[in-house]
Amino acid sequence: MKPDLTRRIIALRVLILIAALLGLNYIIWRWMFSVAWPAWYIAVPLVIAETYSLIDSLLFGLTMWRLRRRGEPPPPPPDATVDVFITTYNEPLELVLRTAEAAQRIRYPHTTWILDDGARPDLAAAAEARGIRYLVRASGWTNKPRHAKAGNLSNALMQTDGEFILILDADQVPKPEILDRTLGYFEDERMALVQTPQYFVNVPEGDPLGSQAPLFYGPIQEGKDGWNAAYFCGSNAVLRREALMQLGVTGYVKAVETDIRRALRAAAKVIDKARADLDGASPQSRAALDTVRSAVRTAQNDLRDGRAFAEVTYDFQQQVDAAAREVVDADVLSMRADLEAIAELSDLADDREAGAEFVLDETAHGLLTQREWSPLGAIESVRAIIRAVDVGREAEAQPMLPISTISVTEDMATCMRMHAQGWRSAFHNEILAHGLAPEDLKTMLTQRLRWAQGTVQVMLRENPLVQRGLSAAQRLMYWATMWSYLAGFAAVIYIAAPVLYLTFGIMPVQAWSVDFFIRLIPFLLVNQLMFFVVSRGTPTWRGQQYNLALFPVWIKACYTAFRNVYFNKPLDFAVTPKTRQDSQGRQWYLVRYQLLAMVILVLAALVGIVNLATGLISPLGFWVNIVWIVFDLAILSVVIQALRMNRQQEGAA
Amino acid sequence: MIEFSTRTAESGVAIIEPKGRLNMVAAPRLRELIESTVEAGATRIVIDLSATDFIDSSGLGALISGLKCTRQAGGDLRIAQPNAQIETVLSLTNLNRVLKAYASAEGAFSAQ
Repeated sequence: MKPDLTRRIIALRVLILIAALLGLNYIIWRWMFSVAWPAWYIAVPLVIAETYSLIDSLLFGLTMWRLRRRGEPPPPPPDATVDVFITTYNEPLELVLRTAEAAQRIRYPHTTWILDDGARPDLAAAAEARGIRYLVRASGWTNKPRHAKAGNLSNALMQTDGEFILILDADQVPKPEILDRTLGYFEDERMALVQTPQYFVNVPEGDPLGSQAPLFYGPIQEGKDGWNAAYFCGSNAVLRREALMQLGVTGYVKAVETDIRRALRAAAKVIDKARADLDGASPQSRAALDTVRSAVRTAQNDLRDGRAFAEVTYDFQQQVDAAAREVVDADVLSMRADLEAIAELSDLADDREAGAEFVLDETAHGLLTQREWSPLGAIESVRAIIRAVDVGREAEAQPMLPISTISVTEDMATCMRMHAQGWRSAFHNEILAHGLAPEDLKTMLTQRLRWAQGTVQVMLRENPLVQRGLSAAQRLMYWATMWSYLAGFAAVIYIAAPVLYLTFGIMPVQAWSVDFFIRLIPFLLVNQLMFFVVSRGTPTWRGQQYNLALFPVWIKACYTAFRNVYFNKPLDFAVTPKTRQDSQGRQWYLVRYQLLAMVILVLAALVGIVNLATGLISPLGFWVNIVWIVFDLAILSVVIQALRMNRQQEGAA
Repeated sequence: MIEFSTRTAESGVAIIEPKGRLNMVAAPRLRELIESTVEAGATRIVIDLSATDFIDSSGLGALISGLKCTRQAGGDLRIAQPNAQIETVLSLTNLNRVLKAYASAEGAFSAQ
């Protein structure tokens, strides 16, 4: 399905091509002829930052290449079954109920569910009074990793049976026609997801917190849609149950395989150690250990030969059980000591922190392999390992988790896996729900940090560039979003470079020459023209500002996500404040780095005037860098507007 | 629609036979049936698929839950006689790497 080649698309493509050529021409010249090597410590970072930005704009151009406006949706099927899920954890009851009541009024036949991860009895009662179905986690989730919203949705999927699922955040009030306008796309049997925009009604004039994302919920999603890569954004989307369940099944198989292989390796270590330590053990114990060791070897060989996991583990368990029975009489005394240690070990498995999916075995296995096991203890501990990682996935509440849990946001990774399995997605550009945006700076920053962390986690855990099943364009579409969160590092360099020049006269480029401007300025102009054309008059400046102005948030997201993925450290994001009181007076602290940057920029401009007078820097260089600083300040000024809005609201409250 | 019939083989193995379409609507019922069978004491269960026309991923999900449930009780769940559509779904989702399909329900626990 190619988008129609209208005149607009052709004109847009010409623009994209020109912008790309001008950009490449500029960056190649920069690398080849204009890097001021004596000042490499700023010259090289600057040219790298510029290259980063160029790649970002090339990826944007690629996204826009197949911009697809779907227009009027196909009519909905007559007899689809639909579950509407409203996810909530701690939102005020009135808010949740307002959304739920609006969901009840959705015209197309459906069942409305409140998925209450806070398990609040008064919400349950209020839901019942209104005839709204109400769900909390099943009993199996006690003491297991909860996986936040992903776990909440996975739990609900196992307890409901609609063919399609409409997912709504607690503060997204749906319009009655939301299903009539989206279900028609599922006529296509491979369609797995229809995403609609998130639009906020409580945004003040000028959108100082940049909540509306007209570029994202417009051209960017439409562009990705053209490449069959429209994203799931967590809310206001309809999904096909079959696609999610299929993800659940394939994910289950993969996880089971990893679990079994790891368990067998650990078991082999335990037994080898016990056999090496055999002192005065009974012959029965010795024989039993040999039996189990050979069972491990058989199981590993069976896996290699492709025998079904269920058979391999079942046979193995039977053999271990039989071997254990044989020595039960032989070594009662040491058994007692060992059983205590094993009990301790299973306590440890229960205590595991929710969300730490991969830590299961590291600690337990370490302990098991280190301890001095008596022969029977070794067998018991092997059984303990096997129990913990059987085909039932003991570490998880549900053997099947249809919604991805590899990141703190569940949407992008789930969607990427669906695309990798050959499912299709659509972006329907019509506002069908009215949401509430964060009203204070702190909440907004927390939200952006979490999104960024989630995206970077996915990038590090399941890099889209190497995911099988995705087309090249799909890989780049996912990559583009992740790439954009590296902007924080580039922003620091764009702030540092003019400061270094104006204060110390350090030149990152060979010369501020005609050569330089003749290459840079046309590129910048055509690039902005491209933005102007694709956004068709919707304001995107706010979004562009926040892309750079939130540089401390993006850097923190990259840093914390990296530590989380590779060193298993918690993400430690700030807790969203529940009340306003702690915000008074201290809000500036939230944007201290931006304010510091602004002060430095202004000071650098003043020092620059002195340096101009004393002849350390040239008039041309001075003006270039002053313009640069003014641009940086214009970008960063958005945080001042955000701060002022907070103060006004506090005054009003 | 779907119907389930249950019988017990001489060996004490419980055989559950879903007749019809094992889809998202039927899956929760199969899951409950397996759970109640295990609670009643039969921990070795065969799902005889010879009369099952169609299975979807939710149906496979019920098999996975059943496998977990029987294993926890010290038993096992096996499947027998899937038709071509079921075989396709099993291999499409890789679930055939976990569950082997046996040629007959009666022989599922004796054929090693």
